[in-house]
Amino acid sequence: MAKLNGAALAQINAICDRYADTKTPLMMILSDIQREYGYIPIEVQEIVSERTGISVAEIYGVVTFYSFFSLTPKGKYVIGCCLGTACYVKDAQKVIDKFSDELKIAPGQTSDDGLFTLDALRCIGACGIAPAVTINGTVYPKVTVDQVPEIIASYRSQEA
Amino acid sequence: MGLIDIKIEGQPYKVEEGLTILEAARQCGYDIPSLCTFNHGECSLGSCRVCLVEATGARGLVASCVYPVAPGMEIKISSPKAVKARRTSVELLLSNHNQNCQQCRKNDNCELLNVAKLTGARENVFQGEKTPTTLDEVTPSIVRDTSKCVLCGRCIARCKAAHGLSVLGFENRGFSTIVGPAGNKSFADSPCLLCGQCVSVCPTGALMEKSEIWKIDQAMAEGKHVIVQTAPAVRASLGEEFGMPIGTPVTGKMAAALRRLGFAKVYDTNFGADLTIMEEASELLSRIKNNGTLPMLTSCSPGWVNYAEYYYGDCLDHLSTCKSPHEMEGAILKSYYAEWNHIDPKDIFVVSVMPCTAKKFEKERPALANEAGLPDVDAVITTRELGDLIKRSGINFAKLPDEDFDQDLVGTYTGAGVIFGVTGGVMEAALRSAYFALEGKEYGPINFTEVRGLQGLKEATLTMGGKEIKVAIASGMVNVKPIMDDIRAGKSPYTFIEVMCCPGGCIAGGGQSYVKPALLPNEDLNILDTYKEKRAAALYSEDERQAYRQSHNNPQIQHLYSGYLGVPNGHKAHKLLHTTYQSDRVRFK
Repeated sequence: MAKLNGAALAQINAICDRYADTKTPLMMILSDIQREYGYIPIEVQEIVSERTGISVAEIYGVVTFYSFFSLTPKGKYVIGCCLGTACYVKDAQKVIDKFSDELKIAPGQTSDDGLFTLDALRCIGACGIAPAVTINGTVYPKVTVDQVPEIIASYRSQEA
Repeated sequence: MGLIDIKIEGQPYKVEEGLTILEAARQCGYDIPSLCTFNHGECSLGSCRVCLVEATGARGLVASCVYPVAPGMEIKISSPKAVKARRTSVELLLSNHNQNCQQCRKNDNCELLNVAKLTGARENVFQGEKTPTTLDEVTPSIVRDTSKCVLCGRCIARCKAAHGLSVLGFENRGFSTIVGPAGNKSFADSPCLLCGQCVSVCPTGALMEKSEIWKIDQAMAEGKHVIVQTAPAVRASLGEEFGMPIGTPVTGKMAAALRRLGFAKVYDTNFGADLTIMEEASELLSRIKNNGTLPMLTSCSPGWVNYAEYYYGDCLDHLSTCKSPHEMEGAILKSYYAEWNHIDPKDIFVVSVMPCTAKKFEKERPALANEAGLPDVDAVITTRELGDLIKRSGINFAKLPDEDFDQDLVGTYTGAGVIFGVTGGVMEAALRSAYFALEGKEYGPINFTEVRGLQGLKEATLTMGGKEIKVAIASGMVNVKPIMDDIRAGKSPYTFIEVMCCPGGCIAGGGQSYVKPALLPNEDLNILDTYKEKRAAALYSEDERQAYRQSHNNPQIQHLYSGYLGVPNGHKAHKLLHTTYQSDRVRFK
């Protein structure tokens, strides 16, 4: 538990405070931590356990069940490639493979510069625009393999 | 709830509304092959699909463990469709199971093997990838082998129900799902009490005690003076290992078996229990007299001590400093007994037979050794391991004569020691001696029935020596937590509190014989609700039969003090029989 610094501790505690009066607060707390702290390592789960009385094993179970939650830090830009049935038949596998080649990371990994994380998603409910890709909430419809380098470049240029 | 009419296999029955098909069928005399405990709620995920049946009004086959009966329902257990479906469910479970059944120590108590036999599962029907597995053998107490886990979740439910902890949980998703402590860590790196309640409900060999039978073999081969001692609760359960009805007391046969197994001496931990009472009662009286820290908490249960250290490290001065009975006995064997018999303590090997997996961990505590680092106890085996050891030796347990424990020096025991094995027993034993100390005479009725009963939390107010003493008895950490929170807040109304880790006390310890209704066709249908009472009754009846009923009247205890230890809680007693605790244990490593 000592591995977290004071600021991080305060941040996690503040998130837990928001749901102090909620009956089943776990999902809300974890969602907020994922969004604001960026990931949910076991040290953070221990604090949530202390605050909610829910065992760490149970929290760990939730964190490892939902692919939205992450045990390791995610990149600044999280690229989610939908591999649901509709996207898959529209060649989503080729799209994610292209992202993988361009960024030199496998799905689930984060690039060395900390900029990009590549996630394979199950159906995100955007079947009408398959194959769909989301990057930090922005949805890219009907993505083709050729578009992938441009999309990556557009984020790289924001960093320059 | 009212009765409703249903049909099973075409036969009419009246059953209670609200029951699941599985429970209703069981009451009507049908044991549907299932992986269920029949224990309302423990594993009611309905996900294993082993207990599928046909039922009118339902779409397709239904899982009888979760599907309720309805008026007019017709249930078919042995229709070709249901039989085939159950067999397929088991074959699918087996396809992702480590099938080393011949070497698995659980094979005579394995519910998966049982349903495989019952459903006629065929060999290697489904072959393919297997879930990556974890084998955790780090703690001295419990082995977790996920290659044998069927993901029923009973262990998780039990840990939560008994202790409010759920040290174990489901991890990951889909095919990668396993059950383990957070982060798939070892039990050693988790705030696990090592009580073994999870072991006692696991249907397969995924959770088992770590066997120490090899240590006994080794000590015997090395020619050591191997002494065995048995905890009170073991005698109330060991018979079950040999198919005897639950609650059959087998004290005499157990002593006979141990003698035939080649132990140099066969003693009863009850002597240690009597000694514990002498020390604990005098510690309590001294705390009361000298305004010491109160309430005082008992310290016999190693799972409870683990809990106190992990969760209430700031309250450890409330714990009695007394070692647990088998540790006291071990310490006396390696000092008093060794000197008396001119044996080098280093050549003595003490084996404890315990109803407990946490005792295996306890014996390795550095504080439970003498100044030279020689541990008080060298090996701990569970009731189940003793069963295995006896079976291995070819002894026909049922045909053994009843024999006594060895009676020399540290052999006699009182009824007060026997009842240590059930919740409230330590309290009652302590009260019998405290009454004598305060009133100068024995308590007339002998029994303090107000502290008996299997409830998780009991309290009583007793008047002794002109004073009112308020006591509490708790088992299962879920009942202990509020007591500890009061103590921490400085508002506990009690003087003395008995705490046992396992719900019901040691009779239902994590090292006792498995109580699995599916494997016990001759026991009552509600055996999971009654087995603790039956085992407790075995202990209370042995108490009634003893010549001495109070620890302070044990003549060998009196001799031990007059000839060796001096007074209870004195200098020598403190050195040999008391211990210290760790306030800085880290819950997550």
